[in-house]
Amino acid sequence: MKKGTLQVKIGLAEMLKGGVIMDVTNPEQAKIAENAGAVAVMALERIPADIRKDGGIARMSNPGMIKEIQKCVSIPVMAKCRIGHFAEAQILESLEVDFIDESEVLTPADEYNHIWKHEFKVPFVCGARNLGEALRRIGEGAAMIRTKGEPGSGNIVEAVRHMRTLVNDMKKLTTLDDHQLMAEAKNLGAPFDLIKQIAGDGKLPVPNFSAGGIATPADASLMMQLGAESVFVGSGIFKSEDPETRAKSIVDATTYFDDPDKLAIASEKLGTAMKGLEMSEIPADQRMQERGW
Amino acid sequence: MIIGILALQGGFHLHQLSLESLQIKSELIRYPKQLDHCDALIIPGGESTTLMKQIMKNNFFDSLIEFANKKSIMGTCAGMIISSCRSSDKLNRSLSVIDIEVDRNSWGRQVHSFEAEVNLNFDNDNPFNATFIRAPKVSRMGHGVESFAEYGDSAVLLSDGRHLMASFHPEIGDDNRIHKLFMGMIK
Repeated sequence: MKKGTLQVKIGLAEMLKGGVIMDVTNPEQAKIAENAGAVAVMALERIPADIRKDGGIARMSNPGMIKEIQKCVSIPVMAKCRIGHFAEAQILESLEVDFIDESEVLTPADEYNHIWKHEFKVPFVCGARNLGEALRRIGEGAAMIRTKGEPGSGNIVEAVRHMRTLVNDMKKLTTLDDHQLMAEAKNLGAPFDLIKQIAGDGKLPVPNFSAGGIATPADASLMMQLGAESVFVGSGIFKSEDPETRAKSIVDATTYFDDPDKLAIASEKLGTAMKGLEMSEIPADQRMQERGW
Repeated sequence: MIIGILALQGGFHLHQLSLESLQIKSELIRYPKQLDHCDALIIPGGESTTLMKQIMKNNFFDSLIEFANKKSIMGTCAGMIISSCRSSDKLNRSLSVIDIEVDRNSWGRQVHSFEAEVNLNFDNDNPFNATFIRAPKVSRMGHGVESFAEYGDSAVLLSDGRHLMASFHPEIGDDNRIHKLFMGMIK
């Protein structure tokens, strides 16, 4: 019997496809998410929009709060650790969270190194803005990639930019011949063996999800049509007027992402979406997507 | 022959690849009326709570039961939970298309998920590398349900002659013997 193999880690990511992973900050929200049809919840103390507002250092959540959420839902429970903070990751593994998000939403602990994820039994998801970043994380052992987008912004523009960049980078690789691949590996700053693999397959070796700005059913559909295989919704649900209805609608929009009639129904009677931020309102040094490399 | 794969959520794409490797045509099913032209159906792994909600909400419940009365269903992991008579999950209804009961997440959370070699009763020479992801365990097998593979003290692959259920994920990896077994059960 082998535990914690890459196949077992990626296996769980595969089972989360076509679903919505929702940020929750307490057991009540976790129940609402589960009842709405979330495939997993992300347990964190403050959602990204509030982290942005409150300032200060954002750290791993209190284990007591994670345990309470684990007790009240049967779907997988994920939690975030700071970039490079492998001690937080060790604690989350000991709590038996189902997935760790090494996340730019929290304040980075190491500006040079991300966590060496291969030595953990629990799978990791990491954010990326382009193929090079995605492949560096996969090289370190990530079992799932998600676009970074701009967390807590309620603005889909950055998630779109990142997904389009990632997909275009992969398309380009499939057009290159063997003579050109090493140069492209240098260009992207990515491990050569993964570059070669993608030149052949045209897709990532792990599931590719989207996060960072999804606030409406239409946003979820857009990301799925652009190539995401599932979506994370952070502030978009519990910062809206009617979280329960919005949560259900985003679940429907993810399953029926290519059916405009179903999407129209899912988009009705939702109450007000989170207000959101125009990118120019977020100073460059406060953009979470710039954290990590 | 067309095999439908329920595509409301979960690992439906990997089943598509397994069927492709056997040169069998498949169709992703998102609307009940698509079942009419399918010769058999796969209910994939995923989150059983999410899948069951989408089944209820999108009018699949009665269509799936009716389908199962005439045609074969293969359920893997969450697909097995949904097809069973009763699961440890009291929140959820299930389809009761095969006379078994199951315990959800019976091996524990993801850190206890594992791969292991299991012996297939119909092909003893080569064990199958089975991947168990937050897997359910069968707690009761009804009359006429036969086990095709065991792990520890649990049946992990079983059939009542029409439907085939696996608590692991035969679609993970490139061994398609279990999909082949299912194809042989389709009448």
